[in-house]
Amino acid sequence: MAETAHIDVAHVAKLARINLTKEETKLFQTQLERVLGYAEKLRALDLSHVESAAHAVPIFNVFREDEPRDGLSAEEALRNAPRQANGLFVVTKVVE
Amino acid sequence: MTASDLPALNIAELRDLLGRREVSPRAVLEALQSRIAEIDPQIDAYLSIDFDAALEEAARADVTLPLGGVPIAIKDIISVAGQPCTCASKILRNYRAPYDATVVRKLKAAGAIPFGKTNMDEFAMGSSTENSSVKPTRNPWDISRVSGGSSGGSAAAVAADAAFGALGTDTGGSIRQPASLSGVVGFKPSYGRVSRFGLVAFASSFDQAGPLTKTVSDAALLMNAMAGHDPLDSTCLNEAVPDYTANLGRDLRGIRLGLAQEYMIAGVDPKVRAAVDAAVAHFESLGAEIVAVSLPHTEYAVATYYILATAEASANLARFDGVRYGHRAENTRNLFEHYGRTREEGFGPEVKRRIILGTYVLSSGYYEAYYARAQKVRELVRQDFARAFEQVDALVSPTSPVPAFPLGERSVDPLQMYLADIFTIAANLAGICGISLPCGFAQTEDGAQLPIGLQLLGAALDEARILQIAHAYEQSTDWHKKRPPLVANVQRPTRKE
Repeated sequence: MAETAHIDVAHVAKLARINLTKEETKLFQTQLERVLGYAEKLRALDLSHVESAAHAVPIFNVFREDEPRDGLSAEEALRNAPRQANGLFVVTKVVE
Repeated sequence: MTASDLPALNIAELRDLLGRREVSPRAVLEALQSRIAEIDPQIDAYLSIDFDAALEEAARADVTLPLGGVPIAIKDIISVAGQPCTCASKILRNYRAPYDATVVRKLKAAGAIPFGKTNMDEFAMGSSTENSSVKPTRNPWDISRVSGGSSGGSAAAVAADAAFGALGTDTGGSIRQPASLSGVVGFKPSYGRVSRFGLVAFASSFDQAGPLTKTVSDAALLMNAMAGHDPLDSTCLNEAVPDYTANLGRDLRGIRLGLAQEYMIAGVDPKVRAAVDAAVAHFESLGAEIVAVSLPHTEYAVATYYILATAEASANLARFDGVRYGHRAENTRNLFEHYGRTREEGFGPEVKRRIILGTYVLSSGYYEAYYARAQKVRELVRQDFARAFEQVDALVSPTSPVPAFPLGERSVDPLQMYLADIFTIAANLAGICGISLPCGFAQTEDGAQLPIGLQLLGAALDEARILQIAHAYEQSTDWHKKRPPLVANVQRPTRKE
C-alpha cells in the first residue's frame, strides 16, 4: 500500500515540464496526496478477471480512404506562431 | 412582438418566426446583441463575440434550413474558423482557430450562426467556471453564486436569454451540471455520437459536445444537426442518425425508469432530494413504471474518472509547448526552461494539478497501480449500466447533489469539488447519453430561488428515447417557463425625446 501513496510533486512536475513555485509544490503535494488517498479505494476490488476498457465504446481498426484533401496553407499554419521567420517556426536553441 | 422580446424566445419559436419571414436574421442578431450588452456585464458568460462576422452570415442566411438564421453560442473549446479559441487559458490567449470543428461546420450547414464564444473552466477542468483564467461566470438566478461548469458560460447565457442555445462539452458532467445549476436543459450525447474533430482535447475517451437549450425539443433540434459520422474522428460512430424530434410528444406508457439504490447517498441537499422524489412521482402519474436497480460500482466512479481523465489530459496537453501556437515564455536559455516556464506561465492551478496527477498515474512504477487498475474498474462501471439498461429505459437521479453554491466556497478544496461529480461522471466512463432538465427550485435563506436539475441517463445511442422521456416531463410541468429575476428586473433605458 505504502508504495502508491508517495507522489513527489516536484519530481513529477519536472517530468511534465511544468515549473512550479515552492508554494505551489507544497500546496499540490498536500492536495494530490488527498486525491490519491481517496483513489486507494480502488484497491479493495478484485480485478483479476476483468478486461480493461480503454474506451467506453469498443471500436477497432477504423480506416478511411487515403485521398488527398485540402489542408492548411503554410501561411494559415503559421498564423498562431509565437515566433516565425521565412515561413518557418522559430524555436528556442536546442543544441549548444 | 417587439425586438426586445425576441431574446426570450426558444429556438423552435424563433425558427417559426424566421421561417415565416416575420423577423429577419439580422433583426434577431441585433436584438440578441442589445440583450447581451445589457445582461452580460452582470454574468460574464462570454469571452468573445464577433457580431460583424455574424451579421455577414445573417445577410446570406437561408431561413428555409432547419436552423436557418438562429444564432448559437459556442463554448470556447470548440473551433470556429477565424474566432478566438482560448479554452479560457492564458496559454491560448491569442489563439484563433484556423478551421471549423465538424460540429460547427454541421451547425452552419443547417443555417445556424455561431456568433460568440462562452466562458468555461480552463480546458474544461472544473465544475464552477471559477477556473477560467479570465473571469468567473455568475449564475443568473443569484449572481453571488456559480453557474456550474465547465460549460458555465453556455449555461448562464441560455438561462439569461443572452443566447437562444449554446454548445458545451461534457467530459465528466460539464454540460449537465451547469445546466442543472443554471436552470436550463443540457444534453450529453453518447460517446461517438457527435464528432470531436475541432474540439481542443481534454480527455479524448470521455469528451463529447452537446447542446444547452431552453427546452428539450430545442436540444433535439440541435442534435439533429450535430450528430453523425465524421471520417475526421475515428471514434465517431458510423451509425444512422434518427430524427430526434420524431418521438417528442409520445406518452410514457410502457416506459420503465430505474432508481439506483447506490444513488441514495448522504450529502444530497434535502431540497434536491425532495424535488427529484417529486419528479419520480410525477413520472409515475404520467404512466411510467419505476423500477429499483443496482449500479454496484458507483462509489468507485469518481476515483476512476480522476485517474483516467487526468492521464489522458496529461498526454493531450503536452502539445502546449510554446512552439507552433500559444504562449511562449520570453528569454529562455534552453529547451527545458522554454517548456517549463511556458507551461508555468500559461496554465492555471487546476490544469497544472491535473497534468501532474495524470503524469504520475502513467509514470513507471505507478501505471499498474493506478491507470491499469482504473481501466478495469471502468469496465465494471460500463457493465453496471449495461445490466441496468436490460431492465429499464432510463435512470433517474439528481444531476448535482447541491444547487448552485457561492463563488469561492469550494474552489479551495479540489477533492470536495471532484466528489460533487458523483451523479454525472459514471455516464462518461460508460459512454452513455444523459440529460439534465429543470425539476424545481431550492430557496436560499436570503430568498433566492436556485434551480434544481433532474438527470436522465440512457443506454448508448438511445438519445431519442431519453429526449422523449425528458420532453414528456418538461411539457407536463412549468419549471422550464420560469425565468431568473435578473431577466425580469432589468431596467431598460427609458426613451427621452
